[in-house]
Amino acid sequence: MTTMRSSGAPYLLPMLLLSVVFFVTPLALLVAYSFSGKAGISLENYSAFLGDPFNFRVLMNTVRLGVLTVIGTTLLGVPIALLYWHSGSRTRQVIIFLSLIPMLTSNVVRTFAWIVILGRQGPISQALLGLGFTGQPISLMFTELGLVLTMCQIDLPLIILPLIAVLSRVNKQLTDAAEVAGAGPWRVFLTVLLPLMLPGLLAGWILVFASTSASFVTQAVIGGARNVYMPQLIYREVGVLFDWPLASAIAVVLLLSTGSLLLALSAIARHRRLVGHA
Amino acid sequence: MRDAASTFLYRAFVYGIGGLAILYLIAPIAIALVMSFTAGQTLQFPPQGLSLRWYAALLDPVVSATEHIAAFNSLKIAGLAVIGSLLFAVPASIGMARIRGRAANLTEPLLLAPLVLPSLVYGLAALVVSSLVGLRPSLWLTVAGHIVVFGPLMYRATAVIAQGMDPSLAEASTTLGATPVTTLRRVILPLLVPGILAGAFLVFIQSLDNVSVSLFLADARTTVLPLRMFAMIEESLDVRVAAMSGILIAVTLVVVVAGRKLFGPSR
Repeated sequence: MTTMRSSGAPYLLPMLLLSVVFFVTPLALLVAYSFSGKAGISLENYSAFLGDPFNFRVLMNTVRLGVLTVIGTTLLGVPIALLYWHSGSRTRQVIIFLSLIPMLTSNVVRTFAWIVILGRQGPISQALLGLGFTGQPISLMFTELGLVLTMCQIDLPLIILPLIAVLSRVNKQLTDAAEVAGAGPWRVFLTVLLPLMLPGLLAGWILVFASTSASFVTQAVIGGARNVYMPQLIYREVGVLFDWPLASAIAVVLLLSTGSLLLALSAIARHRRLVGHA
Repeated sequence: MRDAASTFLYRAFVYGIGGLAILYLIAPIAIALVMSFTAGQTLQFPPQGLSLRWYAALLDPVVSATEHIAAFNSLKIAGLAVIGSLLFAVPASIGMARIRGRAANLTEPLLLAPLVLPSLVYGLAALVVSSLVGLRPSLWLTVAGHIVVFGPLMYRATAVIAQGMDPSLAEASTTLGATPVTTLRRVILPLLVPGILAGAFLVFIQSLDNVSVSLFLADARTTVLPLRMFAMIEESLDVRVAAMSGILIAVTLVVVVAGRKLFGPSR
């Protein structure tokens, strides 16, 4: 048996080396680079970034976009997960299929679809025009609302699939028992299903937040020039202004702000799971 | 009475909001698909008349020369990324299934870490490092970046199978006199095939769609498809993007349907 155990290492070695040399090292150097100033090690990149009120607002807007998208996807994802729960196995397959298709469709394609939807000649504008809510065609392009609507659709599968994964392991007798005991549907949802969904929700929130904070194309195209987020700021420093140390500092700030939130969420997820098993 | 009302509200919540949410999820894909058949010059929806003119323009080797090069580059990068992730991630998943305890608990998060990190940050880090060692952005650097960022998808897909594999299968093979290489080739790899196919599909599709790594690592000559589409959208809202979207949606649909037919509804 010991030979079996020791024989694992050679197989692992190539990917471990790849990870250390091409992943861990670049990130460590990025962090180091962000501290490089005109005269040796300094915090000037960070003070330059955080000292500028515009940059600070961009950071806050990025976090805000992530939080709004997490809220939106949760409000839409939970009813879909419940629909899945109450459906027979055929409908369940259809729901999984309908969630997989958008998830596997190119991000640029989905962003493009939203240009059509949000534009002056798009369905939203025409519906509002037809119903008499507005006198002239309106465009939701280059607005935060338009961007949140887009991000919610793009990231919705990321919350549905973990929820479905959790619910598909739950025995239906559990809710049947609660119903027999006299609990109404809302009570079953709030006291039985929602706690069961919690690990899936947390997993989904992590994925949605990580995806939102890095969706360069969607933010640039739908948000436009007036709504700037961290990824565009990094790209501008690298590609336009060629200030790589500052770009590195911005990247580290993005990493820390999303990373700390993600770590907090996973800590809760782990804790809740323990509670759930107890 | 109150019970009936609350049951009604719950049904409305589940079937009404849930149904609308599914519509919201899927309608944009349908709209992009319909849009690709427009006969008009603009992105007006519903389109004024149907035609295949934008597909024709997109397939025209003269009009769309840049797009064809971009598509070819992207397919090449995605194909190489799949091969690279096979070479690194499949052995890693076999190796990981053979180690236990602390070593495994420390190694696995390291291998999966690229999946949670915003890939834009990784793209920048890779650019900084490669320029420090004197490497200029290129197709090969982009491929390397994609292997690092998407290889973990292949690892995850195959590791699930490798870790669930009955160790007595390999033991039986060894007892019957097979060399380790034969055991690997005739027993372990065949069992991993569904994971390898699923992983290859995920790596390919993610690589094909990647912007945040290619943005930093591809040189000016190596235009990739999503960046080309991004440029077309930003510059002129070229309706050929609709035809490209139509093709990409059709390919996704075909592959997902084929995958489900092959591996059954359990996947």
